[in-house]
Amino acid sequence: MANEFERESVPENKLKGLRSFIGMYAGEHAAGTEFMIGPLFVTHGVTVFDVLVGLFLGNLMAVFSWRYLCAPIAVRIRQTMYYQLERICGIRLVALYNLANGLMFCFLAGAMVSVSATAVGIPFNMKMPGLNDWLPNSVGWIVAVAAVGLVISIVAAKGYDAVARFANIAAPWMVLVFLACGIAALPQLGIHSLADFWPVANEIVWTGVPIEGQTQYTFWHVFCFAWFCNLAMHVGMSDLSIFRYARKASYGYASAAGMYVGHYMAWISAALLYALQLKTDPSNTTVAPGPMAVSIAGLAGAVCVIVAGWTTANPTIYRAGLAFQILFRKWSRFRVTLLAGSLATIGAVFPALVMKLLDFVALYGLILMPMGTVILLDFWVLPKLNLKSFFAEAAGISVNWAAGAAWILTLCICLALFLLAGVEKFFLFIPGWFIAALLYIAGSMIIQRRAFREAGR
Amino acid sequence: MKNLLIGIALIGLLATVLPSILVFSSAIEPATHKTMMVVGMILWFVTAPFFMKRRDSS
Repeated sequence: MANEFERESVPENKLKGLRSFIGMYAGEHAAGTEFMIGPLFVTHGVTVFDVLVGLFLGNLMAVFSWRYLCAPIAVRIRQTMYYQLERICGIRLVALYNLANGLMFCFLAGAMVSVSATAVGIPFNMKMPGLNDWLPNSVGWIVAVAAVGLVISIVAAKGYDAVARFANIAAPWMVLVFLACGIAALPQLGIHSLADFWPVANEIVWTGVPIEGQTQYTFWHVFCFAWFCNLAMHVGMSDLSIFRYARKASYGYASAAGMYVGHYMAWISAALLYALQLKTDPSNTTVAPGPMAVSIAGLAGAVCVIVAGWTTANPTIYRAGLAFQILFRKWSRFRVTLLAGSLATIGAVFPALVMKLLDFVALYGLILMPMGTVILLDFWVLPKLNLKSFFAEAAGISVNWAAGAAWILTLCICLALFLLAGVEKFFLFIPGWFIAALLYIAGSMIIQRRAFREAGR
Repeated sequence: MKNLLIGIALIGLLATVLPSILVFSSAIEPATHKTMMVVGMILWFVTAPFFMKRRDSS
């Protein structure tokens, strides 16, 4: 097995060039869930300006977060996020983080399984779940999800090398299918020239009016969503594990390939497909990527939806299995990955997971973000305050309560802000970041000074 | 041989995206577009595995 430098810094001779990062980001962010996110903005009544400008600027903030928060630490320490967290937080706290991370991965994979199931069900004339459905609406849906989930779980449990290779091959084709779907939908929407785009898009696609039962989103919702969609990866620092192979921190800009292909072009294309569905049948508000893609791209569209869901769900389930393995040390990799796949499949049976994907993504990023803040401050700020970085490792403790409190209390305060102060969930990560930072610094001052006093006695 | 495969694969990618532009400019019908996309898909998946590099395990 190849040395993946899980507990050591990546050596100089294993660093990779810029092209590897561009290819990886472009492929990884053209996932099955992109077919959902674009249409969900339409259901929430955003305008053309909100989408085109909000997504552009929000994605730019995401790229800057990778470049200026994540990549600089990655190229200096060159260790995985998990190992850095273990050194800062202690092994037991990392285990708890892994549990949270693993569960989030499972539900994310579940959303991807749902996306694939919408295409698998087409030949069987399966009834698609509705926009406001929380529970499965047909036996066919349960069977389709279970079949897709079972296949993906078994393949992931057997090791996902072959699927990773297939995903690599499929990525350029999938990106072009997304693009082709968007372009081909334009004339059917009544857009025959560039000059037609803005007025028709305002009138038919992003009308500024939410679908019944959906809340109204604004420019700021779109901007913040685009920024925090991958919050766990940039501000949350999980891509330290990726950029530790980068020669320079400026390789963080490679994330732009993923953002502007997957989270700009693909979301806009998917929104156009959904708008076409609404134009054809205004009563059909369900967001079902399979039928939407088939209506424009035929068989190639169906294959794209299945492949996009499958190739991204597979590594996600595999990663969830890795996260759980720290908790179930005596279980085999096969068994623990099957457990993760089963959780993903159970989640996928409930359409709420995918129909409320925007809310889930907000929760996912928020839960994991405080630990990224801890890593950032531990590296840059603590030494300037004469405090020790990697305190758990230095003190030989299994739980660094400064990090634990920063994580748990931040989430509690954010929950209170959401429930009591009515702060919109999409905006919580901004105060949350500062709360986590203050708590970690204050906690480190208290804990480290007490530890040094006790050591001096 | 490798160059031939790359050429066919590129035709596959062109057959995936070019028809959509032709639909946009009303040069072809949507049904033709769907057929050409299937052809493009087949060309790409039949040839690309033979020349695309294996993903580095790390």
